Amino acid sequence: MGPLEDLIACPHCDTLHNYSDVPEGAQAHCRKCGAVMLTQRAASVAIVLSLALSSFLLMIAAISFPFLGVEAGGLSNGTSLLGTVMAFSDDYALPLAIAVAAFIVFIPLTRLGALIVAVTPLVLDRTPRSLHKRAFGLAEQLRPWSMAEIFVVGVAVALVKITALVSVTYGLAFWALAGLVVLSFWQDTLICRYTVWRALDTSRD
Amino acid sequence: MAGAGYISGLTTARAAGLVACERCGQVHQRQNEVCRRCGAQLHSRKPDSLQKVWAWWLAGVITFIPANIYPMLLTSTLVERSESTIIGGVFELIHYGSYGIAAIVFIASIVIPLLKFFIIAYLALSVHRHALLSQHRRHQLFVFVEFIGRWSMIDIFVVAVLAALVQLDTVAAINPGIAAINFALAVVFTMFSAQSFDPRLIWDENEAAADD
Ligand SMILES: [Zn+2]
Ligand SMILES: [Zn+2]
Repeated sequence: MGPLEDLIACPHCDTLHNYSDVPEGAQAHCRKCGAVMLTQRAASVAIVLSLALSSFLLMIAAISFPFLGVEAGGLSNGTSLLGTVMAFSDDYALPLAIAVAAFIVFIPLTRLGALIVAVTPLVLDRTPRSLHKRAFGLAEQLRPWSMAEIFVVGVAVALVKITALVSVTYGLAFWALAGLVVLSFWQDTLICRYTVWRALDTSRD
Repeated sequence: MAGAGYISGLTTARAAGLVACERCGQVHQRQNEVCRRCGAQLHSRKPDSLQKVWAWWLAGVITFIPANIYPMLLTSTLVERSESTIIGGVFELIHYGSYGIAAIVFIASIVIPLLKFFIIAYLALSVHRHALLSQHRRHQLFVFVEFIGRWSMIDIFVVAVLAALVQLDTVAAINPGIAAINFALAVVFTMFSAQSFDPRLIWDENEAAADD
């Protein structure tokens, strides 16, 4: 049996594989259950960092600029992204407002911030410390709860429902959010958690 | 990448006396308790996986019922005030001819949540029992449930956007109903339920068979 560092176990079925068997730049599937284990790509940390930075800035833009506006019968109403969330804030729906704000703004922002902190030492070729590991752990944990792309689909559905009723104008924040979704899909296919964890591991050398 | 790297074919970490970190994949000797690489607690299998799955599952089902009975949207216009439930909203969309959107809402808010409840229950029940579906099929169902869970949140976001935009005094106003909070809770609880399930349990019966 090789050293433990060279082994990797499938997270879905616990089957052991040899890390060195994965060809450079290839995607590795578990030989037993087929789950994706590694997506190794050369120089991907630099790309992950730049995507995370751009996404972070787009998110800041999405909460700073006007989001959507409506007009009907001479009356108009505009809203920011956080204003959208706060529509829930009257009486019993307040917890829901907080949850929605977390799902579409605060969790995505925290996750991107943590990702930036985690991969920065890798890109700059510095020795990662425990802070960076904790940051990457947080980013991974928040991934399923970061729902900006689902929100965008929700916005599309809502707009179809009301276009008959009112006329809608799109603000800068809407386009920032749309851009963010494109970047996030791209980023998710590029990031390989095991490769990042190995790079963050300083106990090996 | 054939043969050579594999320890006598396909062995699980547990059978080899090892434990793999769930968070970063680093493999350790069984007696270790904390991951050397990332600091996470090491467990060969998620502790009390099935109990947690059932607890969250039950919470999900309990909150899903009022989510479908009570109104999701309260709409008031100059001429009328109306309340619509999730399924009522779907019929409204069909009435206005938006079939595609009606399908999205119907699938995301009704079909997927129900499917998730059935699949999670089936996966949990089929552990340690003779299952009708093969391990690969059950594993595919797990991957599906884990992937799709978050997308049920669409309807909550639709309600949020409608309620924020349509506040035009007496001309038209839309407000969230009590079902919205129940539905959001049902989605979150079901996500916790799926996350609590340890997919390795599906494959463990091979090991048990090998031991006999
Ligand atoms: Zn596997
Ligand atoms: Zn670890």
